Amino acid sequence: MLAQFGFGVLVVTFALALFSAGAAIFGYFSKSDRWVESARRAVQLTFPLISLSALALIYMLLSGHFDLEYVYSVTSRDMPAYLKVTALWGGQAGSLVFWSWLMSAFATAVTLRKWDRDREFLPWVVVVTAVTLAFFLALVIFFENPFVRLWQTISGEVLPQMFAPAGARLFTPSDGRGLNELLRHPGMVFHPPMLYLGFVAFVIPYAFAIAALVTGRTDDRWIRLTRRWTLVAWLFLSIGLVLGMWWAYRVLGWGGYWAWDPVEVAALMPWLVGTPFLHTVMIQEKRGMFKRLNMLLIMLTYGMVIYGTFLTRSGVFSSVHAFAQSAIGPMFFGFIGFSMAASVILLIYRWNTMKSEVSLGDTSVFSREAFFLLAALFFGAIFIICFWNVLFPLISEIVTNQKMSIGPVVYKRETALFWGGLLALMGIAPLSSWTWASFKTISRAIWKPAIPAVLVTVILLVAGMRNVIALIGLTLIAFVIAVALYEFGRGTLARARTKKENFLIALWRLAGRNRRRYGGYIIHLAMVAMAVGVIGIEVFQQQTQQTLKINQEIQISGYTLRYDSLYKFPYPDGRQVTLAELTVYKDGKSLGKLSPRYDVYPDGQPMTIPAIRSTLADDLYVVLVNWENVSEQQTPFKVYHNPLVNWMWIGSVIFVLGSLVAAWPEKTELEMSRYK
Amino acid sequence: MQPSSNNGFRGRAKFIIGGFLILAAVGYLIFSSTKANAEYFMTVDELLAKNASMVGRSLRISGAVIGSSIQFNPESQNLTFDIANVPGDNATIEAQGGLSKVLHEAVVDPARNHLAIIYAGPKPDLMRDEAQAIITGHLSADGFFYADELLLKCPTKYEQAVPSQVSGN
Repeated sequence: MLAQFGFGVLVVTFALALFSAGAAIFGYFSKSDRWVESARRAVQLTFPLISLSALALIYMLLSGHFDLEYVYSVTSRDMPAYLKVTALWGGQAGSLVFWSWLMSAFATAVTLRKWDRDREFLPWVVVVTAVTLAFFLALVIFFENPFVRLWQTISGEVLPQMFAPAGARLFTPSDGRGLNELLRHPGMVFHPPMLYLGFVAFVIPYAFAIAALVTGRTDDRWIRLTRRWTLVAWLFLSIGLVLGMWWAYRVLGWGGYWAWDPVEVAALMPWLVGTPFLHTVMIQEKRGMFKRLNMLLIMLTYGMVIYGTFLTRSGVFSSVHAFAQSAIGPMFFGFIGFSMAASVILLIYRWNTMKSEVSLGDTSVFSREAFFLLAALFFGAIFIICFWNVLFPLISEIVTNQKMSIGPVVYKRETALFWGGLLALMGIAPLSSWTWASFKTISRAIWKPAIPAVLVTVILLVAGMRNVIALIGLTLIAFVIAVALYEFGRGTLARARTKKENFLIALWRLAGRNRRRYGGYIIHLAMVAMAVGVIGIEVFQQQTQQTLKINQEIQISGYTLRYDSLYKFPYPDGRQVTLAELTVYKDGKSLGKLSPRYDVYPDGQPMTIPAIRSTLADDLYVVLVNWENVSEQQTPFKVYHNPLVNWMWIGSVIFVLGSLVAAWPEKTELEMSRYK
Repeated sequence: MQPSSNNGFRGRAKFIIGGFLILAAVGYLIFSSTKANAEYFMTVDELLAKNASMVGRSLRISGAVIGSSIQFNPESQNLTFDIANVPGDNATIEAQGGLSKVLHEAVVDPARNHLAIIYAGPKPDLMRDEAQAIITGHLSADGFFYADELLLKCPTKYEQAVPSQVSGN
C-alpha cells in the first residue's frame, strides 16, 4: 500500500507543479493576481506532499520492505538505522526523490516570503522553481522510480515493476543487497545532502534572474533580493565539496583528497561560476556595472547545477561516484539545452536595457572593479578548462571513435597559473579603491602588507626551501593574510579613534556594521589556509611502502615508526578486524601509537581504515595493507607524510564562520523590517 | 589616473585586450596540454591489437578482474592480477545484458584475451573477482601493464536490478 501511496503522491505533485507553472504564466499575462496566487499556493503544497512520499520511502528503508526493488538494492538487515535513512540518497532513484524534496522545500520557502513590494517577480520565480521541480519529478516517475516492487510471475521469473503483472505475486527477498560498505560511513550522512542543498539553493537566484529578465526590471533588485540565498547556496556547496575531500582523505586510504575525477570536477563547476557571481554582484550593487555578466554567471551556475547532477546520475563516466548506467542522460541533456536556450534568448532580448551605468572605459585598470573583473576572468578560465576536459573524452570518442581520458596532471598543469592569480588578487583587490585607483595609490597601499610577505619568503629561503611553486604560493598566502589583518587593523583603529571605543569593541562593531566586507575577508583567510594545505600535500608529500616484522621500523621524513603488535579479532557485527599497532618516534622521543587496520565484512568486502596522526605541521598517514597472509613475520605497510594538510580542514571551519558573518542580517536591515 | 571620458573602444581597449590575453592563454593551455596529456582509453583487445605501437605510452584500459589471479608480494609490495577483455562501449554492454553479466562472462570465458597488470601498491578495497578495473599506466615491452592508478567498480554488489538468486541463472 505504502509503495502505491508514495508513488501516487509523486504523480499528484508532478501534476501540481505543472499546474503551478501554467497558472503562473497565465496569471502573469492575463494580469490576474488570483491565478498567480493559486500558482503560489500550489507550489507551497509541493513540499508537504513530497515529504509524505519521501517519508514513506524512508519508512520502508528503515523497516526493510525488501519487496521494493530500491530498498532491496541499497539496504540490508545488518545496517544501522542511520545508514538506512541515508540510503535514501545512496542509490540513483532515491537520490532523485531527495533532490526533488529539497527543491520543493526551497520553492516553498521562497514563495512564503512577503512579496509585497516585488510581486511582479513572483509568477516567474514560481515558474522556474516549479518547472525545475517538475523535471526531476518526471525523471522519478517515468525513469527512476524508487517505488517499483518485485513481482514473481507464474514462470518463476522476478520482475521489477510498479504495478502487478498479470498473475504475478509480490516477491520479498529475505534480505537486501545492502549499501556498498565504502559508503557506510558518517561522511555519507552529510556529504551528498550538503552538495545537493548547495545545488538546489542556486536555483533560487537563477529564478529571480529569469524573473528580472522577463519583467524587464533588470536593475539590481533581483540581486539584493537573492543575496542571502546565493550565499547560503554557496556555503552549502562549499561544505559539500570539503566534506567529500575530508571523507576521501580519511576513508579511501590513498593519502589524497581530490583526484580530478570527472564527477568531482562536475561538482566543482557550479562553484567555479557561483563564486565570481558572488563577487561581481557587489560591483553591480555599488556601481551599476557588469549587469550582463551577472546574468550570464547565474545562468551558467544553474546550468552547471543541472549538468553536475546529470554527470553523476547518467553513468557516462566510469567514476567512483557514478551510479549505474541509466536512461536518463538524454532527458537531462534536453532539459539543460532547453533552459540554457531560453535563458540566453531572454538575455539577448533584454540586452540593451542592461547597459552599464558606468563605462568600463572610465575605470582604471587598478580599480577594485577591474580586479573583480580579472578575478571573474580567472575563475572563468578555470571553469573553461574544467568544462573542456570533462567534455573532451566524450567529444573525442564521437569524432575519432577513440576513447580518451584526462588525468589529474592535465588539470593541475592547466589551472595552476589561474589559482595562483586568484591568490594574488585576494591580496591586491581589497587594497584598491573604487574606480580611480592608480598605480601610485595601489603601490602606496601595497608596501605595508608586502613586508611580512617578503619576510616569509626570506625565512623560507634561509630555511632551505627551493621549490619555486611552494615559494611563490606561500609568499602570496602570507601577503593575503597580511592584507586581511591589515584591513581589519586599519578599520578597527580608525573606529577606535573616532568613536573612542576600546580595540576589541571597535573590532566587533566594525565587523558587525559591515558584515559582508569583513565576512569576505574571513573567507579569504580561510581560502589561503586551505591553499596552505594544498601546497603541503601537492608539493611536499612523501610516501614509502615496506613490509615489516614485529619490532622493525620504517623511517619517513624524520619520523620513525616501530611495529609493535598485530591483532586479529571479530567484531560483533560479523566483521573480521586486522589491526596493527605502531609507535611513532621523533628524535628518540615517543609521540604515541597509531593503529591502522582493515576490516573484512562477512561478504568478503574489505575496508581499509588508515591511522592518522594529525598536527598543525603535518599528518602521518599509515595504511595497513590488506593482504590475506598478514602475520607478525610479514606485515606490509604504506606510509604517507603529508605536511600542512590539516590547514585544509581548519580553513574550511574558518570559512563556514566567515560565510555566516557575511550572511547574517545587518542590524539596520533587521530594524527596517521591524518597522515595515 | 584622472577620470577621462573614454566611453568608446579606446577606453575599454585595455580590458578587452586583457580578456583576450587570458582567453588566448586558456586556449593555448588546452590545445597544447590536453591533447598531449590525454590518455587513450582502450579495451584489452584494442591494446593487444596495437601492441607494439602502444608500448611506453600513458594509457587507460578497462577490463574484468580475474579473482584467482590476484597476488600480492609482500617483499616488493607489488600487486599483480589479470584482467579479461570487456567491451568498452556502454551501449554494447547494455545490449549484452548489463555490466555485471558482461563482467561475469568475461571472467569465466577462457577464450578471452587477458592482460597481466603490475601495480606497486596496496590492494584497493574494491579489488575482487568480476570487478571492473579501470587502470592508468603503460604497457611495457615485457608484456606486462604497469599501473600507476587503479579505479575499481563492483556492479555485482551495488545497484543490481534483480535478485540474482532467483533470476534463473
